[in-house]
Amino acid sequence: MKQEENILEVKDLRTSFFIEGEEVKAVDGVTFDVPKGQTLGIVGESGSGKSISALSILQLIGHPGKIVGGEINFKGENLLDFSEKQIRQIRGNKISMIFQEPMTSLNPTYTVGQQIREALKIHQGLGKQKGTDKAIELLELVGIPSPQKRVTQYPFELSGGMRQRVMIAMALACNPELLIADEPTTALDVTIQAQILELIKELQQEIGMSVIMITHDLGVVAETCDYVAVMYCGKVVEYADVRTLFKNPRHPYTVGLLNSLPRSDVDQEELIPIKGTVPPPHDMPEGCRFAPRCPFATDLCHNHLPELKDVGDGEQIRCWIYTDEWDGDPEVKVYEPERTSENK
Amino acid sequence: MNQTAGEASETLKEKQENPKIKSLKDFYKRLKKNIPALIGFYTIVFLVIVSIFGPMLTVHPYDTVNLSDRLVGPSAEYWFGTDHMGRDIFTRIIHGMSLTLMVGFFSVILGGVVGVPLGIVSGYYGGRLDNLIMRFMDVLLAFPGILLALAIVSVLGGSLQNVIIAVAIYAIPGFARIARGSTLATKKLEYVDAIKALGATDNRVIFKHIMPNVLSPLIVNATLYIATAILTAAGLSFLGMGAQPPTPEWGAMLNDGRDYMYQAGHIAFFPGVAIVVVVLAFNIFGDGLRDALDPKMKK
Amino acid sequence: MTTFIIRRLLQLIPVLIGVTILVFSLMHLTPGNPAMILAGENAPDATVQAIEQRLGLNDPLPIQYFNFLADAIRLDFGVSMRDNLPVADHVMPRFWVTLELAIYSTIFSIFLGLIAGIVSAVRQYTISDISIMIVALFGLSMPNFWLGLMLIQYFSINLGWFDPTGWGSPNQLVLPIITLGTAGAAIIARMTRSSMLDVIQQDYIRTARAKGVRERYVVYKHALKNALIPVVTVIGLQFGALLAGTVLTETVFAINGMGRLLIDSIQARDFPVVQACVLIIAVIFVLVNLIVDISYRLLNKRIDLD
Repeated sequence: MKQEENILEVKDLRTSFFIEGEEVKAVDGVTFDVPKGQTLGIVGESGSGKSISALSILQLIGHPGKIVGGEINFKGENLLDFSEKQIRQIRGNKISMIFQEPMTSLNPTYTVGQQIREALKIHQGLGKQKGTDKAIELLELVGIPSPQKRVTQYPFELSGGMRQRVMIAMALACNPELLIADEPTTALDVTIQAQILELIKELQQEIGMSVIMITHDLGVVAETCDYVAVMYCGKVVEYADVRTLFKNPRHPYTVGLLNSLPRSDVDQEELIPIKGTVPPPHDMPEGCRFAPRCPFATDLCHNHLPELKDVGDGEQIRCWIYTDEWDGDPEVKVYEPERTSENK
Repeated sequence: MNQTAGEASETLKEKQENPKIKSLKDFYKRLKKNIPALIGFYTIVFLVIVSIFGPMLTVHPYDTVNLSDRLVGPSAEYWFGTDHMGRDIFTRIIHGMSLTLMVGFFSVILGGVVGVPLGIVSGYYGGRLDNLIMRFMDVLLAFPGILLALAIVSVLGGSLQNVIIAVAIYAIPGFARIARGSTLATKKLEYVDAIKALGATDNRVIFKHIMPNVLSPLIVNATLYIATAILTAAGLSFLGMGAQPPTPEWGAMLNDGRDYMYQAGHIAFFPGVAIVVVVLAFNIFGDGLRDALDPKMKK
Repeated sequence: MTTFIIRRLLQLIPVLIGVTILVFSLMHLTPGNPAMILAGENAPDATVQAIEQRLGLNDPLPIQYFNFLADAIRLDFGVSMRDNLPVADHVMPRFWVTLELAIYSTIFSIFLGLIAGIVSAVRQYTISDISIMIVALFGLSMPNFWLGLMLIQYFSINLGWFDPTGWGSPNQLVLPIITLGTAGAAIIARMTRSSMLDVIQQDYIRTARAKGVRERYVVYKHALKNALIPVVTVIGLQFGALLAGTVLTETVFAINGMGRLLIDSIQARDFPVVQACVLIIAVIFVLVNLIVDISYRLLNKRIDLD
């Protein structure tokens, strides 16, 4: 399974925010791979560090945030070693990004065409005429009707869904090898959401790019992703291909997430929310971050942080249950935490 | 009926109040961290103390002509020198302090007392009344800067009291606009609708629910406006339209100094410094208040 | 947009009527009989009556107001009480001096204010930012007439670089322009800074960076254009404040402009001239604000339809 080439390998990425002299570790040693031509989903609740991880890849973290460690290997080169100029040549060119808020992510004082042309001018040196032609072509590609007209319009003249299409057109302008989509559909209506996801999927197949899909919505993951990294409190807790993850989730947090969702394939008595709340960033538990909310947690879990470990089949899990050190109920190890509806 | 409405709105208010108290605490916390604002605040306190007790401690009379010591430069005897009539400038500045502060405070209070109710009524009832009041405010605002005060003083005649009235009238539209804006914003909140639906009277809604929300932007405005008022009043006196001699008003003292620029520059120097210190104190305190109330702006 | 302009023009009418009523009332609100004031304290009754007759002061007030308005529209403000010459002859030559002073000072304050504000925002929390903001705070807190006196003291009297009085030759222009423009520059600098800092946090700035735009262009192309929109309103208000501020600046530098004329006329109780000066400044201010409002709307249309 793992012989595929990875376009992006993130290793032990650490991004912190320094607020009033205190370090808040938003991303705390994140590791994941993006196989070429595939889609990786990064899932987590708000505050899990998924968006910060994405922004860190392109080094778009502003003051008071700072990448404090790790590696971001893009096609074998560590982006963190790049100069400001080199990273600019990657941004919007080799790696593009689209954001959560289409309403505010376009500059209100420039036309749609001007904003798409900008990327073409920076990375391909296209002039005004050629740039406009290409912009119209791109708008057509993302399914915007009458692109000749739209290209001269300002963002305020477009709906949210249209603006997100413009964002995608802009991101695709230079045929990127990797597209990072940061909750691209969260701010949109449900019907529009499906359209946008469909569009991204189509374009991915057409262009052959890889995608990182950041979302809190497991539905989106099921629909669009090949691999999934589940994040909790700045750390990846489970990394697996999408089938494995939905069929046989192993980390108690992933299991909890799935149990709190309605499903259509089996009858459910009730939805079970994960008990407790996400700990505040300045008051992280010493051991496993999930321990205070985990039904299986032992002293080991509370006091010692587990590593992210390979458990075979390309799957990685950060949990003591799947290690030899496990000191809790051996039954848990045998049967593993399971989804409610499949209770024995 | 009224009873229940009262109780219901009381419960509703309690729900609203918790975040408010919390934000008030945050406000103090932020204000305490804002060092310039604290400097401004303590300077104002100091100046008020000086204006009350200072005149008792000065050794020279502020108004006695002493032609043998006229136009003397700063010295151990006359810290800031003497003016063209031989009066000690330091003494005159200390005596003028209360005038300056009074002009600032009174004109702002007067302007607020008229402007705030106009703004609240305008915003709360809306419609024609709103239109009428705001058009009238527009008319007052059509006279920029010192012009309105000047026109008013030209009618009333030049005196410190008339300067206060003139500057107060100039302050009315600013207060009215802010009060109106906050009233409109508060009126939009759902709980106000709920309280009204429960039968609360307009008076109750205005005093219990709108007033507290209008208050904080008004305090910021008032603080910053004191600075403007002091500058405007000093300007009028400088033009000879405000305090009349021998009142030790700082603007008027600057006017005296203007004629002796070549022989004795210090006459025009020190009263100006005094004005800058007072105005600066109000400005930085007002800035700090605004930042503390609206932390988003500070970021 | 057209409807907005028409609505805005219609709104102007009540304001202008209000302004003219106020200016008209100046003379009538003054304690005492206007004709008596015009004639002088010890004038014989016959003179007073003649003046009342000539100026129509016995007509009902509304009639008097309409006459005043009709004359004012033709820039006829009657005759000066000091020399019986038409008011326009007094006001007009001096009006251009004042307008020049106000425009130059506005340009100065925009120029200085924008540069200072941008530098401050781009270098937030550095020494240059902090010093610019401290200087701006002083600029805002200084009485401009005192600043003028200090400039004369230092640059004219001590150094002899500039003329301390008058208006016209280059070495007479510099000090009044600085005097009048400093407060405006300070206000514009503060506004520009906070607007820039606000804009730089916006999502579309992150989008620009994600496209690979150079930081310099992010600031000067993407941020500045948006940041300037709210600054435009301040510039309009500043122009009005500067126009009124000429009263003080012209007094300090003994410039023969409309501001100085206004003060002299108030002191001489020459009401027709006072009315003319006040009305002209107010009307210009109202019109400038109209233009600013419309251009703000034009610029802002792109951000939000309402």
